[in-house]
Amino acid sequence: MSILLDEKTPVVIQGFTGDKGTFHAKEMIAYGTNVVGGVTPGKGRTTHLGRPVFNTVKEAVTATGATASLVLVPAPYCADAIMEAADAGIQLVVTITDGVPAQDMMTVKRYLWRYAKERRTRLIGPNCAGVISAGKAMMGIMPGHIYQRGRVGVVTRSGTLGYEAASQMSALGVGISTSVGIGGDPINGSSFVDMLVLFEQDPETDAVMMIGEIGGPQEADAATFVKEHMKKPVIGYVAGLTAPKGRRMGHAGAIISAFGDTAAEKAEIMRSAGLIVAPSPSELGTTVAQAVAKNPPRRAMAQR
Amino acid sequence: MDIHEYQAKELLAGFDVPVPRGGVAYSAEQAVYRAAEIGGDRWVVKAQIHAGARGKAGGIRVCTSDGEVRAAAKALLGRNLVTLQTGPEGLPVHRLLVEQALPIERELYVGLVLDRKRERIVVVAHPHGGMEIEEIAQREPEAILREVVEPAVGMRPFQARELAFGLGLAPAQLTHAVAAILGAYRAFRDLDATMVEMNPLVVTKEGQILALDVKMSFDDNAMFRRLNVAELRDYAQEDPREAEAAEHGLNYVALDGDIGCIINGAGLAMATMDMIKHAGGEPANFLDIGGGASPDRVAAAFRLVLADRKVNAILVNVFAGINRCDWVAQGVVQAVREIEVPVPLVVRLAGTNVQEGRRILRESGLPIITADALADAADRVVAARNKALAEQATMRH
Repeated sequence: MSILLDEKTPVVIQGFTGDKGTFHAKEMIAYGTNVVGGVTPGKGRTTHLGRPVFNTVKEAVTATGATASLVLVPAPYCADAIMEAADAGIQLVVTITDGVPAQDMMTVKRYLWRYAKERRTRLIGPNCAGVISAGKAMMGIMPGHIYQRGRVGVVTRSGTLGYEAASQMSALGVGISTSVGIGGDPINGSSFVDMLVLFEQDPETDAVMMIGEIGGPQEADAATFVKEHMKKPVIGYVAGLTAPKGRRMGHAGAIISAFGDTAAEKAEIMRSAGLIVAPSPSELGTTVAQAVAKNPPRRAMAQR
Repeated sequence: MDIHEYQAKELLAGFDVPVPRGGVAYSAEQAVYRAAEIGGDRWVVKAQIHAGARGKAGGIRVCTSDGEVRAAAKALLGRNLVTLQTGPEGLPVHRLLVEQALPIERELYVGLVLDRKRERIVVVAHPHGGMEIEEIAQREPEAILREVVEPAVGMRPFQARELAFGLGLAPAQLTHAVAAILGAYRAFRDLDATMVEMNPLVVTKEGQILALDVKMSFDDNAMFRRLNVAELRDYAQEDPREAEAAEHGLNYVALDGDIGCIINGAGLAMATMDMIKHAGGEPANFLDIGGGASPDRVAAAFRLVLADRKVNAILVNVFAGINRCDWVAQGVVQAVREIEVPVPLVVRLAGTNVQEGRRILRESGLPIITADALADAADRVVAARNKALAEQATMRH
């Protein structure tokens, strides 16, 4: 299985014909993603990269049956693009765009709740590297070749630190089922917990690596969820031990402003909730490898 | 982005939040003129810096004559004010706010924040103002009042009334307090703020409601559509290197250590700094060069890091996704040839086209120390830093 995305998922790209859209669409197609078309208002009825271009997401969905959309629309128009996708019935929206205003994200999330839970759009991002189901398909801007196919789920706020984890794991022969970047913004579409729920249910995922950073309550919420609801082992890491209080470390959400926001506090919360915490960012791979070796897959346990 | 108190008061006044009469002054003469303009016989001269705790640091002075206003202004302008919130160097005072001084009956706390857990604007109030909210939360957490704003409809008047009654305000003050709270909310929403604090919001002896001290911060991501706010940015209150970094599309935060960092991605940058600490070093800065690390950007990054005189070694760590390592390597080589780099340089490349990138570094003939893994990179930069310092020490003897 993998979560969210596989080689069959029909994907449209919003912002398809721009430089970024073109570059990443090519990479995604080369990786095996089922890109069925794109949306650029005003360029409908043309083709791009051998795929049809539509004026609206609704037209694209009607014509192609797309269920997922990758949003590469510039920040000022991004919230609108996400809401358009939701209104067109897209199930999964992955938003790469960096710099979306926080109040726009509040509006977007409020908008998504107008739909009943069964048909509610799942939003990943913004300000993330995207989603990749190793060896199957990717929606995002990551270098696909560093992900080895396997049975560990990865969920991370940071893009490049997620790459670091993937390459350390690959070097040790540990593969990945799906890797999800949830993004570095203070308000994002999906949380660590949202992804942990999916990984816990996924029969092809045996363990989860969760990479957080300073700022915000999401890592602590995730730790509580792991303690109360998860059987699969979860390996954690929180970046930013050296970050000073009150300074924004690149990501809009990476700022220590309240109790429990620091890397040390979050790592301690994770440890006390039963997560295995990697002692340093160079030991992400080894910590996962050890945890997987110690915890045989559930199927094997069930047979005993 | 932060702005000054007087700017925040001007903005809030535009949303019907009552503020004391006053105005900005850049010189002692202007301060005296402002005092005359306001009238009365008691004024407050307030140093304008992007930090709190000014009162205890002597940055807020009550004056009862022209002469005192002039003396206070002269004493404050042009110097650095050090408060509990500024760090040891303090922040420069180039502007003053001169206001009418009023007899105060009660001090309240009202603050609006973007609550990340609830993903809503939350209005927080407390019957005892004047302290930091963290302090209030520790001392009397049970007295904190909260109203969560539903984004589809915005803050409703009943919510402001609940807060006003909760604060124990008299019926006569109610409409004014409600107007102040709703005005602050509209300012928050319409100007893309991330924080509005009226601390204290006071009741004067005459029963008037006024926002006596005000702080506002804004969402950097929304400044493209808030040009009237964006132009209030005061670069004098920021680290000049951080301001310069922003101009090049780089994200820079100055820190206390001596190992300069040039990294792509915020998370990897924080992780690399963690690794440097693990290896026994201290990072001199956070620096995210972002996705498209063009040679120009890499060169700008080197200049920024080297502008910090305490840097004794530099670590470049790039995990190329959108970037290609060969391109990044070319950028590094070009930058090192253009700018003299007088300290040891460790470069770690990974990701797309890594072999080609490493070859370019090797064949450049430049004294670049390379590393393949993150741990190696951190160990090597700390070792190179220690060696360079040891050599400097021997040369001095």
